[in-house]
Order: sequence, then C-alpha cells, then structure tokens
Amino acid sequence: MDATLRKNLEITAAKVRMGIIEGVYNAKAGHPGGSLSVADTLTYLYMHRMHVDPQNPEMEDRDRLVLSKGHTAPALYSVLAQRGFIPVDELKTLRKQGSRLQGHPSLGKCPGIDMSTGSLGQGVSAACGMALSGKISNESYKVYAILGDGEIEEGQVWESAMFAAHYQLDNLVFVVDNNNLQIDGEISKVMNPYPIDQKFEAFGWHVINIDGHDFDQIEKAFNEAENVANQPTVIIQKTTKGKGVSYMENNVSWHGAAPNEEQYNIAMNELRAHLAELEK
Amino acid sequence: MDKKATRESYGEALCKLAEIRPDLVVLDADLAAATKTGIFKKAYPDKHFDCGIAEANMMGVAAGIATTGKLVFASSFAMFAAGRAFEIVRNSIGYPNLNVKIGATHAGISVGEDGASHQCCEDIALMSVIPNMTVINPADHVEATAAVLAMADYKGPTYMRFGRLAVPVFNDPDTYKFEVGKGVTIKDGKDITIIATGLMVAEAIEAGKALAEQGIDARVINIHTIKPIDREIIEKAARETGKIITVEEHSVIGGLGSAVASVVTETFPVPVIKIGVNDVFGHSGPAVALLKEFGLSAENIVAKVKAAL
Repeated sequence: MDATLRKNLEITAAKVRMGIIEGVYNAKAGHPGGSLSVADTLTYLYMHRMHVDPQNPEMEDRDRLVLSKGHTAPALYSVLAQRGFIPVDELKTLRKQGSRLQGHPSLGKCPGIDMSTGSLGQGVSAACGMALSGKISNESYKVYAILGDGEIEEGQVWESAMFAAHYQLDNLVFVVDNNNLQIDGEISKVMNPYPIDQKFEAFGWHVINIDGHDFDQIEKAFNEAENVANQPTVIIQKTTKGKGVSYMENNVSWHGAAPNEEQYNIAMNELRAHLAELEK
Repeated sequence: MDKKATRESYGEALCKLAEIRPDLVVLDADLAAATKTGIFKKAYPDKHFDCGIAEANMMGVAAGIATTGKLVFASSFAMFAAGRAFEIVRNSIGYPNLNVKIGATHAGISVGEDGASHQCCEDIALMSVIPNMTVINPADHVEATAAVLAMADYKGPTYMRFGRLAVPVFNDPDTYKFEVGKGVTIKDGKDITIIATGLMVAEAIEAGKALAEQGIDARVINIHTIKPIDREIIEKAARETGKIITVEEHSVIGGLGSAVASVVTETFPVPVIKIGVNDVFGHSGPAVALLKEFGLSAENIVAKVKAAL
C-alpha cells in the first residue's frame, strides 16, 4: 500500500474511533469494544475500496455492506460520517429518541445503511441474497458482510456459508472480526468456534487470515478476494477488542458499556494524542 | 364442482407472474415438489433457487434480493416459513419493510397424515402480529391465482397461505376480481353472518345453502385478507345481522376469529362465535376426516348457527 494512503487511512480510522466514543458516551449506552476492533476494516472499505456515493446512497450499482454484527453500529455510523453520508456532529444523537442512528442499523432510517441488522446471524443471509441477485442480473457490485466471532455460533451463519459456496458467490466477502471476546467471556470458553478458518474451508470458502489492524494486510486480503473465482471469500481478521483506548483493550466489560465522563476524557485524550502523532 | 389444491394454483400462478414481472425470483427450501414451486422451476430454471433445508437463511436471502429491487417469493410449509423462520421474517423482512412474498403451503390440519409436527395452525397469528406484514389466505384456485398475480404491483412484506388438500373451485375465473384487503360477500343474508377464510369458505357456502333450506337466511362472507382486514364489511355485518360466526382452519387464538372480534368490539359489539382449532395440536389422519373431527365442516357450521340463533 502507498505510504500516503496508509497514513490517510490511519488518520481517518483515529477520527472514526473518536466518533465511536463520542456516540457511545452521549448515548450512555452502546457497544464500544467491537466497534473499535472493526474500525480499521470499515474505514478501509468505505474510504478506499467500496464503490459508494454519499450524494446518491441508493445508487443501484453501489457496493453493499451488511454489518451482520449490528451492535457495532457506532463504528459504521462513524465511518459513514467520515465518508460524508451524515454529519459528524450527528454521531452525538446515537440511540436517542427520534435519531436516524438507531441502536442497531435500520434500513431506510440512515443513508448508507444497506440492511437492518442487530439480531445476530441474519445479516449474512441478506448479504447472500444481495450477492445472488447481482449474479442473476450480471451486476458489477460486490457485497461485504461483517461478522463477529461470537456471532458465528449462530447456526444461520453456517446455513448462509453453505448457500454462498453452493451458488459460487465470488462477489461476496465475509469478514470475521476475531477479537476473541463475546459478552460472557472468551469465545473459546463460552462456545468454542475455533478453528474458524478450517470450518469455512470445509464449507467451500476461500479463506484469508490477517491482522485486522494492519492496512497493508487488509488491502492485500481484499485484493486477493477480488481475484477469487467461483468461490466466496472469508477474511478472518485477528483484532483487539477495544482497540485504541487503553483501558478498553481486551477487556470484555467494554463489550456493551458506555464510558463515564472521566473515562470519556481519558479515551478522547488518548485518541487525540494518537491522531496528533499521525498528523505530525 | 372441480377441485384443486391452492398450492397447485400457486405454482402455476408464479409462471404467469414471471410474464408480468421478468425480475421474479423464487426460492424454496427442498420442498419444491410439495409447495409446487417445482412447476415454476421447470418453466424458469434460472429464476428458481433451492436453498436446501435451511428456512432461516432462505428468508434472509429473500430479504437481500428484495433490497436490490427484484420481486422475490420464498416458499416452504407454513410450519417452517412462519414458525421456524419467524424471527428472520420479523427482523430481516418485516422491520426493514422489504418486498418479500412468503408462499407458505401445507397450512392447517388438512396436511393430514404427517401429523401435528407439520400441521401449522399458528401461522396467521404469527404473521399478523408483525408490523408491515400483509396476510392473505385464498379460498380456492381462482382466488389463489388472482392473489399471486396481484403481487406484481403490491409492495411490501406479504404472507400467502396455501393448502395441500384439493378444494372446490367456486369462484368464476371470468368475473372474479381480487383486491387486497377487501372481503367478498358471497351470499347476502339477514339472520346471522358466517365469515370464513381459506378452505373453510367452501364449507361456509355449503352451510349457507343448508341453512337456507331450513329457513335461516345467513350471510356468507369470504375474508381472504386477514391483515389488513376489511373493517367495513365486518361492521356492516354486525349491524345488519346482529351475530357473527367465524370459521378458519387455524387456532381460534390470533386468527380470523380474533381479528373479526376485535373489529366488532371496536365498532358495533355483537356476539362473535369462533369455529377453528381449539387451542389443541392436530394428529395424523386423512385430511377430510380430520377437518370433520375438528369441527371444520359445513355440518358443524350449521349446528353452531342454529345453537346461536
């Protein structure tokens, strides 16, 4: 990856993380941990990879993204704000009565949202439907679905995995955000889904393992996926839950909790310092 | 009178619908031979996709297809379409208000020999309670065909209920007009109103004739759309006949009877007597014998009417 591009993506990702904290803090609720872990990939996709137009969010040939792990909506909203779909200031309305920024993504409420999600295991099926539809009428668009690593405990995920491989949906990419934590603890202790890569391989998928906080690896993975024929691709990205906020990192208690004022200030100061470092 | 199962009508009508809507996509979950989407599959193999025995994923796939603007039908037995996949229908189809048509066959007791595991008498209740959802339960071949074709330009999530059992074709294909949400007065009458839906309409018509021979002038109404329900025709019946009997091959909880009773209590309270499956599971047996056993017959309608008057 070009060094300038990488720097720009890192800068935007830092701003995205600040937006996540801003949203969750103002809402006094939400899911910062998984939002912070998936922030880099969402930043890469919306800022660099995906064919989308903030002025025309329903453009027919746009690439689609389904946030199947819908509880990490704060990350998606924050990225959509950076891309110009919604004002950055609107992030403060997250989860508030009358807001377009529902607790979980809601189709038709907020521009740039391609599917309502929140009930785990469902978004992936909708993504399969979008990809199949693209195949039927020979469309050029790609479909991305973002899954949690806990989410893949849902049986419907594997129904969809079977379906996508059966219909050779090579216009479809799943990203499993492997931050290793779910509400009740480590995923291997709650209901072990490992080995994730071998499971997808057995289901007929092209599998790529990466570090989900390394833009070079992220770009390489999506480039590779682009060139896979007759098979869907899954990118399994190792990430850190709570990435970028010291006290939230790898701490499961930040799965679904909002920082208080003091914690908010610490988080924002850390992120601001990181941003300043990047912008030097 | 000719007899035909409305699932046959469904499969055939999908072929006609594809002529009006070339973007039509039909999904099934390994039941194409039984739901009769197999008829469509034969005519349009490129537009039919088997999702395997995975109804939850099928409903989500249908939702995804609908987001891209295509017209999509997803088919299975009522038990699995409305039951197993309920939460996907609720969250991935109803909530985002997507234009998915659910073609559910093998509804009710008349599934017959398969027994209670497959005899879904809860689907109308489950689907009606989802916001944005339209619920249609056609009575015969003519109505089922017209209802499917009406979906060419009826937007929004819609649950369509079809039966396995061949039932009388009483509507005239040359004159019948289907309108979503509009009840049909089949026979006028002043003493009492029988409101029926689905395959019970033919029984209600029989009951109406038998009662007429005994000097009882019963009005017979066909409600093919349970939601949104035709409030006007129900209120009028309450005002003009003073008593209502509802008949459905569904639980007496949450189906046609409940919907009618709720309209009546809000507009012009009169007694509403419900004939349906009385909060019990079915069991194996020949369809017609089971319908009789569960009181879903013209004879029982006549008996209940006479008891009510």
